[in-house]
Amino acid sequence: MTVNEVQDAIIDEFSVFDDWMDKYNLLIDMGRELPVIEAKFKIKDYLIEGCQSKVWLYPEFDGERITFTADSDAIITKGIVSLLIRVLSERRPEEIISADLYFIDKIDLRQNLSPTRANGLLAMVKQIKLYAIAYQAKQNM
Amino acid sequence: MKDISAIRADFPILSRYVHNKPLVYFDNGATTQKPKCVLDTLYEVYTSYNSNIHRGVHFLSDKASEEYENAREKIRAFINAENKEEIIFTSGTTGSINAIAYSFGERYIKNGDEIIISHLEHHANIVPWQMLCERKGAKLRVIPVDDNGEIIFEEYLKLLSSRTRLVAVTQVSNALGVIVPVKKIIEEAHSVKIPVLVDGAQGIQHGITDVREMNCDFYVFSGHKIYGPTGIGVLYGKIEILSELPPYQGGGDMVKSVTFEKTTYADLPFRFEAGTVNFPGAIGLGKAIDYLLSIGMENISRRESELLKYAEKRLLSIGDLKIYGNSQKKISINSFLLKNIHMYDTGMILDKLGIAVRTGTHCAQPVMDRFGIDGTVRASMCFYNTVEEIDILGAGIEKVIEMFS
Repeated sequence: MTVNEVQDAIIDEFSVFDDWMDKYNLLIDMGRELPVIEAKFKIKDYLIEGCQSKVWLYPEFDGERITFTADSDAIITKGIVSLLIRVLSERRPEEIISADLYFIDKIDLRQNLSPTRANGLLAMVKQIKLYAIAYQAKQNM
Repeated sequence: MKDISAIRADFPILSRYVHNKPLVYFDNGATTQKPKCVLDTLYEVYTSYNSNIHRGVHFLSDKASEEYENAREKIRAFINAENKEEIIFTSGTTGSINAIAYSFGERYIKNGDEIIISHLEHHANIVPWQMLCERKGAKLRVIPVDDNGEIIFEEYLKLLSSRTRLVAVTQVSNALGVIVPVKKIIEEAHSVKIPVLVDGAQGIQHGITDVREMNCDFYVFSGHKIYGPTGIGVLYGKIEILSELPPYQGGGDMVKSVTFEKTTYADLPFRFEAGTVNFPGAIGLGKAIDYLLSIGMENISRRESELLKYAEKRLLSIGDLKIYGNSQKKISINSFLLKNIHMYDTGMILDKLGIAVRTGTHCAQPVMDRFGIDGTVRASMCFYNTVEEIDILGAGIEKVIEMFS
Protein backbone atom coordinates (compact mmCIF):
# COMPACT_ATOMS: atom_id res chain seq x y z
CA MET A 1 0.00 0.00 0.00
CA THR A 2 1.17 3.53 -0.72
CA VAL A 3 1.42 6.21 1.91
CA ASN A 4 -1.86 7.70 0.71
CA GLU A 5 -3.65 4.36 0.58
CA VAL A 6 -2.80 3.76 4.23
CA GLN A 7 -3.90 7.30 5.12
CA ASP A 8 -7.22 6.78 3.33
CA ALA A 9 -7.73 3.49 5.16
CA ILE A 10 -7.21 5.24 8.50
CA ILE A 11 -9.62 8.03 7.55
CA ASP A 12 -12.21 5.35 6.70
CA GLU A 13 -11.73 3.57 10.02
CA PHE A 14 -12.25 6.82 11.95
CA SER A 15 -15.17 8.00 9.82
CA VAL A 16 -17.37 5.24 11.27
CA PHE A 17 -17.52 7.14 14.58
CA ASP A 18 -19.19 10.48 15.27
CA ASP A 19 -18.56 10.50 18.97
CA TRP A 20 -15.12 11.51 20.14
CA MET A 21 -15.14 8.96 22.94
CA ASP A 22 -15.41 6.22 20.31
CA LYS A 23 -12.57 7.77 18.31
CA TYR A 24 -10.44 7.75 21.44
CA ASN A 25 -11.29 4.13 22.09
CA LEU A 26 -10.16 3.34 18.56
CA LEU A 27 -6.96 5.30 19.14
CA ILE A 28 -6.36 3.36 22.36
CA ASP A 29 -6.84 0.07 20.49
CA MET A 30 -4.42 1.20 17.79
CA GLY A 31 -1.87 1.98 20.47
CA ARG A 32 -1.91 -1.68 21.39
CA GLU A 33 -0.76 -2.56 17.85
CA LEU A 34 2.26 -0.32 18.03
CA PRO A 35 5.53 -2.08 17.08
CA VAL A 36 7.23 -1.58 20.41
CA ILE A 37 10.77 -0.27 20.65
CA GLU A 38 13.35 -2.58 22.25
CA ALA A 39 13.91 -1.73 25.91
CA LYS A 40 17.60 -0.94 25.29
CA PHE A 41 16.61 1.90 22.94
CA LYS A 42 14.28 3.54 25.44
CA ILE A 43 16.96 6.07 26.28
CA LYS A 44 17.38 9.81 26.04
CA ASP A 45 18.93 9.59 22.54
CA TYR A 46 15.63 8.34 21.15
CA LEU A 47 13.33 10.51 23.25
CA ILE A 48 11.37 13.11 21.28
CA GLU A 49 11.39 16.57 22.79
CA GLY A 50 8.24 18.63 22.77
CA CYS A 51 5.64 16.17 23.99
CA GLN A 52 3.80 16.36 27.32
CA SER A 53 4.13 12.60 27.55
CA LYS A 54 7.33 10.72 26.79
CA VAL A 55 7.78 9.31 23.28
CA TRP A 56 10.69 7.16 22.20
CA LEU A 57 11.22 6.52 18.51
CA TYR A 58 13.86 4.20 17.04
CA PRO A 59 14.69 4.00 13.32
CA GLU A 60 16.31 1.05 11.59
CA PHE A 61 17.58 1.37 8.03
CA ASP A 62 18.35 -1.70 5.89
CA GLY A 63 19.86 0.32 3.06
CA GLU A 64 16.52 0.62 1.32
CA ARG A 65 13.73 1.12 3.82
CA ILE A 66 13.36 2.60 7.30
CA THR A 67 11.48 0.68 9.95
CA PHE A 68 10.34 2.51 13.04
CA THR A 69 9.56 1.16 16.48
CA ALA A 70 8.32 3.38 19.29
CA ASP A 71 6.70 3.63 22.70
CA SER A 72 5.05 6.17 24.96
CA ASP A 73 4.11 6.29 28.61
CA ALA A 74 0.67 7.68 27.70
CA ILE A 75 -1.78 5.43 25.89
CA ILE A 76 -3.44 8.06 23.68
CA THR A 77 -0.01 9.23 22.57
CA LYS A 78 0.87 5.62 21.85
CA GLY A 79 -2.17 5.48 19.57
CA ILE A 80 -1.03 8.59 17.72
CA VAL A 81 2.53 7.28 17.23
CA SER A 82 1.09 3.99 16.13
CA LEU A 83 -0.85 5.76 13.36
CA LEU A 84 2.24 7.62 12.19
CA ILE A 85 4.22 4.41 12.10
CA ARG A 86 1.49 2.61 10.20
CA VAL A 87 1.72 5.32 7.52
CA LEU A 88 5.47 5.91 7.47
CA SER A 89 7.30 2.79 8.62
CA GLU A 90 8.95 0.31 6.25
CA ARG A 91 9.25 2.93 3.56
CA ARG A 92 12.04 4.40 1.45
CA PRO A 93 13.47 7.71 2.75
CA GLU A 94 12.15 9.68 -0.25
CA GLU A 95 8.61 8.37 0.35
CA ILE A 96 8.76 9.59 3.95
CA ILE A 97 10.23 12.96 3.03
CA SER A 98 7.63 13.67 0.36
CA ALA A 99 4.66 12.32 2.38
CA ASP A 100 1.83 14.81 2.77
CA LEU A 101 0.17 13.74 6.00
CA TYR A 102 -3.39 14.84 5.34
CA PHE A 103 -4.95 12.14 7.52
CA ILE A 104 -4.06 14.12 10.68
CA ASP A 105 -6.51 16.86 9.73
CA LYS A 106 -9.08 14.51 8.20
CA ILE A 107 -9.55 12.50 11.40
CA ASP A 108 -9.61 15.72 13.46
CA LEU A 109 -6.47 14.78 15.33
CA ARG A 110 -4.96 18.23 15.08
CA GLN A 111 -8.05 20.17 16.15
CA ASN A 112 -8.56 17.91 19.09
CA LEU A 113 -5.09 18.33 20.44
CA SER A 114 -4.24 21.62 22.11
CA PRO A 115 -1.27 23.54 20.66
CA THR A 116 1.25 22.08 23.10
CA ARG A 117 -0.04 18.60 22.47
CA ALA A 118 -0.21 19.26 18.74
CA ASN A 119 3.38 20.35 18.98
CA GLY A 120 4.12 16.93 20.34
CA LEU A 121 2.48 15.40 17.29
CA LEU A 122 4.38 17.77 15.00
CA ALA A 123 7.60 16.95 16.85
CA MET A 124 7.04 13.26 16.10
CA VAL A 125 6.44 13.93 12.39
CA LYS A 126 9.47 16.19 12.27
CA GLN A 127 11.68 13.55 13.90
CA ILE A 128 10.52 10.84 11.48
CA LYS A 129 11.24 13.11 8.49
CA LEU A 130 14.63 14.09 9.92
CA TYR A 131 15.65 10.43 10.15
CA ALA A 132 14.54 9.96 6.53
CA ILE A 133 16.58 12.97 5.38
CA ALA A 134 19.64 11.67 7.25
CA TYR A 135 19.37 8.17 5.74
CA GLN A 136 18.79 9.58 2.27
CA ALA A 137 21.95 11.64 2.61
CA LYS A 138 23.80 8.53 3.72
CA GLN A 139 22.46 6.61 0.70
CA ASN A 140 23.70 9.28 -1.67
CA MET A 141 27.17 9.39 -0.22
CA MET B 1 -23.78 34.46 51.35
CA LYS B 2 -25.17 34.99 47.88
CA ASP B 3 -26.87 31.92 46.47
CA ILE B 4 -24.61 29.73 44.30
CA SER B 5 -26.75 29.97 41.18
CA ALA B 6 -26.71 33.76 41.48
CA ILE B 7 -22.93 33.68 41.90
CA ARG B 8 -22.54 31.49 38.82
CA ALA B 9 -24.76 33.82 36.85
CA ASP B 10 -22.23 36.59 37.55
CA PHE B 11 -19.63 34.70 35.46
CA PRO B 12 -20.76 34.57 31.81
CA ILE B 13 -18.28 31.87 30.74
CA LEU B 14 -19.57 29.35 33.28
CA SER B 15 -22.72 28.73 31.28
CA ARG B 16 -20.91 27.67 28.13
CA TYR B 17 -20.55 24.18 26.72
CA VAL B 18 -17.32 22.41 25.79
CA HIS B 19 -17.43 19.38 23.48
CA ASN B 20 -21.23 19.51 23.83
CA LYS B 21 -21.00 19.14 27.61
CA PRO B 22 -21.58 21.86 30.21
CA LEU B 23 -18.22 23.34 31.14
CA VAL B 24 -16.79 22.20 34.48
CA TYR B 25 -13.98 24.62 35.14
CA PHE B 26 -11.46 23.20 37.60
CA ASP B 27 -8.39 25.08 36.41
CA ASN B 28 -8.78 28.07 38.68
CA GLY B 29 -5.23 27.70 39.95
CA ALA B 30 -4.01 28.58 36.47
CA THR B 31 -6.43 31.44 35.96
CA THR B 32 -9.85 32.37 37.33
CA GLN B 33 -12.88 33.36 35.32
CA LYS B 34 -14.10 36.95 35.37
CA PRO B 35 -17.38 38.25 36.72
CA LYS B 36 -19.42 40.36 34.31
CA CYS B 37 -18.84 43.51 36.38
CA VAL B 38 -15.08 43.25 35.68
CA LEU B 39 -15.69 42.79 31.95
CA ASP B 40 -18.13 45.71 31.98
CA THR B 41 -15.54 47.85 33.72
CA LEU B 42 -12.96 47.12 31.02
CA TYR B 43 -15.54 48.01 28.39
CA GLU B 44 -16.37 51.19 30.25
CA VAL B 45 -12.73 52.24 30.50
CA TYR B 46 -12.25 51.87 26.77
CA THR B 47 -15.58 53.38 25.75
CA SER B 48 -15.92 56.26 28.13
CA TYR B 49 -12.59 57.52 29.47
CA ASN B 50 -9.65 55.75 27.83
CA SER B 51 -6.73 58.13 27.99
CA ASN B 52 -3.16 57.93 29.20
CA ILE B 53 -2.87 58.36 32.94
CA HIS B 54 -0.78 60.99 34.72
CA ARG B 55 -0.12 62.83 31.44
CA GLY B 56 -2.88 64.97 30.09
CA VAL B 57 -4.53 68.07 31.47
CA HIS B 58 -7.73 67.07 29.80
CA PHE B 59 -10.86 65.55 31.27
CA LEU B 60 -10.36 61.96 30.10
CA SER B 61 -6.82 61.73 31.38
CA ASP B 62 -7.89 63.11 34.74
CA LYS B 63 -10.70 60.61 34.97
CA ALA B 64 -8.46 57.66 33.98
CA SER B 65 -5.78 58.74 36.48
CA GLU B 66 -8.36 59.09 39.21
CA GLU B 67 -9.84 55.65 38.58
CA TYR B 68 -6.35 54.14 38.43
CA GLU B 69 -5.42 55.67 41.77
CA ASN B 70 -8.78 54.57 43.22
CA ALA B 71 -7.86 51.01 42.22
CA ARG B 72 -4.55 51.38 44.05
CA GLU B 73 -6.43 52.48 47.15
CA LYS B 74 -8.81 49.50 46.88
CA ILE B 75 -5.86 47.14 46.75
CA ARG B 76 -4.19 48.86 49.68
CA ALA B 77 -7.32 48.40 51.76
CA PHE B 78 -7.83 44.82 50.55
CA ILE B 79 -4.43 43.66 51.78
CA ASN B 80 -4.44 46.15 54.68
CA ALA B 81 -1.24 47.89 53.68
CA GLU B 82 -0.47 51.06 55.57
CA ASN B 83 0.26 53.37 52.63
CA LYS B 84 -0.92 53.70 49.08
CA GLU B 85 2.71 54.31 48.09
CA GLU B 86 3.44 50.71 49.01
CA ILE B 87 1.23 49.37 46.19
CA ILE B 88 3.00 49.10 42.86
CA PHE B 89 1.28 47.86 39.74
CA THR B 90 3.22 45.33 37.67
CA SER B 91 2.38 42.88 34.92
CA GLY B 92 1.76 40.02 37.36
CA THR B 93 3.40 37.89 40.03
CA THR B 94 6.29 37.02 37.73
CA GLY B 95 6.82 40.71 36.94
CA SER B 96 6.74 41.60 40.63
CA ILE B 97 9.28 38.96 41.65
CA ASN B 98 11.61 39.88 38.81
CA ALA B 99 11.37 43.53 39.85
CA ILE B 100 12.52 42.71 43.38
CA ALA B 101 15.14 40.23 42.21
CA TYR B 102 16.59 42.99 40.09
CA SER B 103 16.11 46.03 42.30
CA PHE B 104 16.74 44.50 45.73
CA GLY B 105 19.36 42.25 44.17
CA GLU B 106 21.33 45.13 42.67
CA ARG B 107 21.38 46.98 45.94
CA TYR B 108 21.96 44.27 48.51
CA ILE B 109 23.16 40.96 47.05
CA LYS B 110 26.88 40.27 46.88
CA ASN B 111 29.17 37.39 46.14
CA GLY B 112 28.74 34.62 48.72
CA ASP B 113 25.32 35.82 49.96
CA GLU B 114 22.41 33.42 50.20
CA ILE B 115 18.72 33.55 49.29
CA ILE B 116 16.33 31.04 50.80
CA ILE B 117 13.34 29.65 48.92
CA SER B 118 11.31 26.47 49.49
CA HIS B 119 11.01 23.24 47.54
CA LEU B 120 7.36 24.16 46.83
CA GLU B 121 8.03 27.20 44.70
CA HIS B 122 6.55 27.92 41.31
CA HIS B 123 9.25 28.48 38.67
CA ALA B 124 8.45 32.22 38.92
CA ASN B 125 9.84 32.20 42.46
CA ILE B 126 12.89 30.13 41.53
CA VAL B 127 14.28 31.32 38.21
CA PRO B 128 14.53 35.10 38.96
CA TRP B 129 16.55 34.25 42.10
CA GLN B 130 18.73 31.79 40.19
CA MET B 131 19.43 34.50 37.62
CA LEU B 132 20.27 36.94 40.41
CA CYS B 133 22.58 34.39 42.06
CA GLU B 134 24.36 33.87 38.75
CA ARG B 135 24.84 37.61 38.30
CA LYS B 136 26.16 38.13 41.79
CA GLY B 137 27.85 34.86 42.67
CA ALA B 138 25.28 34.28 45.39
CA LYS B 139 23.73 30.96 46.40
CA LEU B 140 20.18 29.65 46.45
CA ARG B 141 19.24 27.55 49.50
CA VAL B 142 16.09 25.44 49.50
CA ILE B 143 13.83 24.51 52.43
CA PRO B 144 12.91 20.82 51.98
CA VAL B 145 9.36 19.45 52.28
CA ASP B 146 8.04 16.26 53.87
CA ASP B 147 5.87 13.54 52.29
CA ASN B 148 2.71 15.58 52.88
CA GLY B 149 4.16 18.54 51.04
CA GLU B 150 4.72 20.59 54.20
CA ILE B 151 7.96 22.47 54.61
CA ILE B 152 10.29 21.08 57.27
CA PHE B 153 10.57 24.00 59.66
CA GLU B 154 13.66 22.81 61.53
CA GLU B 155 15.50 22.63 58.23
CA TYR B 156 14.49 26.20 57.48
CA LEU B 157 15.93 27.32 60.81
CA LYS B 158 19.20 25.58 59.95
CA LEU B 159 19.39 27.40 56.60
CA LEU B 160 19.02 30.86 58.15
CA SER B 161 22.51 32.22 58.63
CA SER B 162 24.63 35.35 58.61
CA ARG B 163 24.95 34.86 54.83
CA THR B 164 21.17 34.98 54.25
CA ARG B 165 19.98 38.19 52.62
CA LEU B 166 16.41 37.36 51.69
CA VAL B 167 13.76 34.67 52.15
CA ALA B 168 11.28 34.26 49.27
CA VAL B 169 8.49 31.76 49.87
CA THR B 170 5.10 30.97 48.48
CA GLN B 171 2.01 31.39 50.64
CA VAL B 172 0.41 28.30 49.07
CA SER B 173 1.90 25.59 46.85
CA ASN B 174 0.35 25.98 43.40
CA ALA B 175 0.98 22.34 42.56
CA LEU B 176 -0.32 20.73 45.77
CA GLY B 177 -2.48 23.37 47.45
CA VAL B 178 -0.58 23.08 50.73
CA ILE B 179 -0.54 26.26 52.84
CA VAL B 180 2.90 27.40 54.00
CA PRO B 181 3.28 28.85 57.52
CA VAL B 182 4.55 32.17 56.19
CA LYS B 183 3.92 34.07 59.43
CA LYS B 184 6.23 31.78 61.39
CA ILE B 185 8.80 31.91 58.59
CA ILE B 186 8.71 35.71 58.67
CA GLU B 187 9.04 35.87 62.48
CA GLU B 188 12.17 33.74 62.39
CA ALA B 189 13.69 35.68 59.51
CA HIS B 190 12.95 39.01 61.18
CA SER B 191 14.52 37.85 64.42
CA VAL B 192 17.80 37.90 62.50
CA LYS B 193 16.82 41.00 60.48
CA ILE B 194 16.26 39.27 57.13
CA PRO B 195 13.43 40.53 54.89
CA VAL B 196 10.86 38.13 53.45
CA LEU B 197 9.02 38.14 50.14
CA VAL B 198 5.74 36.21 50.06
CA ASP B 199 4.43 34.92 46.72
CA GLY B 200 0.69 35.34 47.21
CA ALA B 201 -0.34 34.20 43.72
CA GLN B 202 -2.21 31.19 45.12
CA GLY B 203 -3.07 32.67 48.50
CA ILE B 204 -4.77 36.01 48.08
CA GLN B 205 -7.92 34.73 46.33
CA HIS B 206 -8.78 32.23 49.07
CA GLY B 207 -9.19 34.35 52.19
CA ILE B 208 -8.44 37.54 54.08
CA THR B 209 -4.99 38.97 53.44
CA ASP B 210 -3.41 41.28 55.96
CA VAL B 211 0.16 42.18 55.07
CA ARG B 212 0.65 44.09 58.31
CA GLU B 213 -0.43 41.18 60.44
CA MET B 214 1.65 38.81 58.30
CA ASN B 215 4.45 41.36 58.57
CA CYS B 216 5.98 40.38 55.22
CA ASP B 217 8.34 42.85 53.59
CA PHE B 218 7.12 42.15 50.07
CA TYR B 219 3.87 40.56 48.93
CA VAL B 220 3.17 39.82 45.27
CA PHE B 221 0.17 38.55 43.34
CA SER B 222 -1.51 38.46 39.91
CA GLY B 223 -4.80 40.06 38.92
CA HIS B 224 -5.90 37.20 36.70
CA LYS B 225 -5.84 34.66 39.54
CA ILE B 226 -8.14 36.81 41.66
CA TYR B 227 -10.96 37.23 39.11
CA GLY B 228 -9.38 40.34 37.61
CA PRO B 229 -7.94 40.94 34.14
CA THR B 230 -4.78 39.31 32.80
CA GLY B 231 -1.61 41.37 32.52
CA ILE B 232 -1.90 43.25 35.78
CA GLY B 233 -0.26 42.37 39.07
CA VAL B 234 0.74 43.89 42.35
CA LEU B 235 3.96 44.34 44.22
CA TYR B 236 3.50 45.41 47.81
CA GLY B 237 6.62 46.50 49.66
CA LYS B 238 7.09 48.12 53.05
CA ILE B 239 7.70 51.78 52.45
CA GLU B 240 10.97 51.89 54.39
CA ILE B 241 12.41 49.14 52.19
CA LEU B 242 10.97 50.36 48.87
CA SER B 243 12.33 53.87 49.45
CA GLU B 244 15.84 52.45 49.57
CA LEU B 245 15.53 50.47 46.35
CA PRO B 246 16.69 51.68 42.96
CA PRO B 247 14.19 51.58 40.06
CA TYR B 248 14.41 48.46 37.91
CA GLN B 249 13.10 49.92 34.67
CA GLY B 250 13.65 53.38 33.24
CA GLY B 251 11.15 55.30 31.15
CA GLY B 252 8.35 57.79 31.24
CA ASP B 253 6.26 58.55 34.33
CA MET B 254 8.96 57.29 36.73
CA VAL B 255 11.04 60.44 36.63
CA LYS B 256 11.01 63.91 38.15
CA SER B 257 13.35 65.52 35.67
CA VAL B 258 15.45 64.25 32.82
CA THR B 259 18.47 65.90 31.25
CA PHE B 260 21.21 64.11 29.37
CA GLU B 261 23.48 64.68 32.37
CA LYS B 262 21.22 63.57 35.18
CA THR B 263 17.79 62.11 35.81
CA THR B 264 16.02 62.30 39.13
CA TYR B 265 13.44 59.67 39.89
CA ALA B 266 9.85 60.18 40.89
CA ASP B 267 8.60 59.29 44.35
CA LEU B 268 6.93 56.03 45.30
CA PRO B 269 5.04 54.28 43.84
CA PHE B 270 5.64 55.91 40.43
CA ARG B 271 9.37 55.26 40.54
CA PHE B 272 8.56 51.59 39.95
CA GLU B 273 5.94 52.16 37.28
CA ALA B 274 7.91 53.09 34.18
CA GLY B 275 6.03 53.64 30.94
CA THR B 276 2.28 53.38 30.46
CA VAL B 277 1.02 50.88 33.00
CA ASN B 278 -1.88 48.57 32.22
CA PHE B 279 -4.30 51.02 33.81
CA PRO B 280 -7.49 49.40 32.44
CA GLY B 281 -6.23 46.16 34.02
CA ALA B 282 -5.62 47.91 37.32
CA ILE B 283 -9.10 49.47 37.27
CA GLY B 284 -10.57 46.06 36.37
CA LEU B 285 -8.67 44.49 39.26
CA GLY B 286 -10.14 47.11 41.58
CA LYS B 287 -13.59 46.07 40.38
CA ALA B 288 -12.79 42.39 40.96
CA ILE B 289 -11.91 43.28 44.55
CA ASP B 290 -15.21 45.15 44.97
CA TYR B 291 -16.95 42.02 43.74
CA LEU B 292 -15.09 39.70 46.11
CA LEU B 293 -15.83 42.00 49.03
CA SER B 294 -19.52 41.90 48.12
CA ILE B 295 -19.37 38.09 48.43
CA GLY B 296 -17.15 38.28 51.52
CA MET B 297 -13.69 36.73 51.80
CA GLU B 298 -14.72 34.70 54.90
CA ASN B 299 -17.63 33.29 52.92
CA ILE B 300 -15.30 32.41 50.08
CA SER B 301 -12.90 30.59 52.43
CA ARG B 302 -15.69 28.70 54.11
CA ARG B 303 -17.29 27.65 50.86
CA GLU B 304 -13.99 26.57 49.34
CA SER B 305 -13.05 24.44 52.35
CA GLU B 306 -16.45 22.73 52.13
CA LEU B 307 -15.79 22.01 48.46
CA LEU B 308 -12.33 20.69 49.28
CA LYS B 309 -13.69 18.38 51.96
CA TYR B 310 -16.37 17.06 49.61
CA ALA B 311 -13.89 16.62 46.73
CA GLU B 312 -11.34 14.77 48.85
CA LYS B 313 -14.01 12.38 50.06
CA ARG B 314 -15.35 11.81 46.54
CA LEU B 315 -11.92 11.35 44.96
CA LEU B 316 -10.63 9.07 47.68
CA SER B 317 -13.70 6.86 47.21
CA ILE B 318 -12.12 5.97 43.86
CA GLY B 319 -9.65 3.12 44.26
CA ASP B 320 -6.24 3.56 42.63
CA LEU B 321 -6.33 7.34 43.04
CA LYS B 322 -3.52 8.97 44.95
CA ILE B 323 -3.65 12.56 46.18
CA TYR B 324 -0.36 14.47 46.43
CA GLY B 325 -0.15 17.02 49.22
CA ASN B 326 -2.01 15.34 52.09
CA SER B 327 -1.67 18.23 54.46
CA GLN B 328 -4.52 19.27 56.74
CA LYS B 329 -3.84 22.86 55.81
CA LYS B 330 -4.78 23.25 52.17
CA ILE B 331 -6.65 25.47 49.81
CA SER B 332 -9.12 23.94 47.36
CA ILE B 333 -6.69 22.10 45.11
CA ASN B 334 -6.66 18.36 44.43
CA SER B 335 -3.46 17.18 42.81
CA PHE B 336 -3.67 13.50 41.97
CA LEU B 337 -2.62 10.58 39.81
CA LEU B 338 -4.43 7.41 38.84
CA LYS B 339 -2.54 4.17 39.22
CA ASN B 340 -0.96 3.07 35.91
CA ILE B 341 -2.75 5.80 33.93
CA HIS B 342 -0.75 8.67 32.52
CA MET B 343 -1.88 12.15 33.61
CA TYR B 344 -2.04 13.18 29.96
CA ASP B 345 -4.51 10.37 29.16
CA THR B 346 -6.59 11.37 32.18
CA GLY B 347 -6.59 15.05 31.19
CA MET B 348 -7.50 14.31 27.55
CA ILE B 349 -10.54 12.24 28.44
CA LEU B 350 -11.71 14.66 31.14
CA ASP B 351 -11.45 17.42 28.54
CA LYS B 352 -13.76 15.48 26.23
CA LEU B 353 -16.23 15.33 29.11
CA GLY B 354 -16.16 19.12 29.38
CA ILE B 355 -13.97 19.13 32.48
CA ALA B 356 -11.01 21.52 32.46
CA VAL B 357 -8.13 20.37 34.66
CA ARG B 358 -4.43 20.99 34.39
CA THR B 359 -1.92 18.23 33.78
CA GLY B 360 1.86 18.35 34.00
CA THR B 361 4.36 19.83 36.40
CA HIS B 362 2.34 23.01 37.06
CA CYS B 363 5.51 25.09 36.54
CA ALA B 364 6.85 23.53 39.73
CA GLN B 365 9.15 20.82 38.49
CA PRO B 366 11.20 20.57 41.71
CA VAL B 367 8.07 19.62 43.70
CA MET B 368 7.29 16.88 41.19
CA ASP B 369 10.90 15.65 41.40
CA ARG B 370 10.56 15.61 45.19
CA PHE B 371 7.72 13.10 44.85
CA GLY B 372 9.45 11.21 42.03
CA ILE B 373 6.70 11.90 39.49
CA ASP B 374 6.54 13.62 36.10
CA GLY B 375 3.48 15.63 37.04
CA THR B 376 -0.07 15.34 38.32
CA VAL B 377 -3.63 16.05 37.32
CA ARG B 378 -4.71 19.15 39.19
CA ALA B 379 -8.32 20.05 39.85
CA SER B 380 -8.31 23.51 41.41
CA MET B 381 -11.69 24.68 42.64
CA CYS B 382 -13.05 28.00 43.78
CA PHE B 383 -16.21 29.45 45.30
CA TYR B 384 -18.22 29.37 42.06
CA ASN B 385 -17.75 25.62 41.69
CA THR B 386 -20.39 23.20 42.97
CA VAL B 387 -20.63 19.76 44.54
CA GLU B 388 -22.48 18.64 41.39
CA GLU B 389 -19.38 19.55 39.38
CA ILE B 390 -17.24 17.52 41.78
CA ASP B 391 -19.58 14.58 41.15
CA ILE B 392 -19.12 15.07 37.39
CA LEU B 393 -15.35 15.00 37.93
CA GLY B 394 -15.66 11.87 40.06
CA ALA B 395 -17.72 10.12 37.38
CA GLY B 396 -15.29 11.37 34.72
CA ILE B 397 -12.34 9.85 36.55
CA GLU B 398 -14.21 6.56 36.85
CA LYS B 399 -14.82 6.68 33.09
CA VAL B 400 -11.08 7.25 32.53
CA ILE B 401 -10.23 4.21 34.65
CA GLU B 402 -12.77 2.13 32.72
CA MET B 403 -11.28 3.20 29.38
CA PHE B 404 -7.65 2.58 30.23
CA SER B 405 -7.77 -0.57 32.29
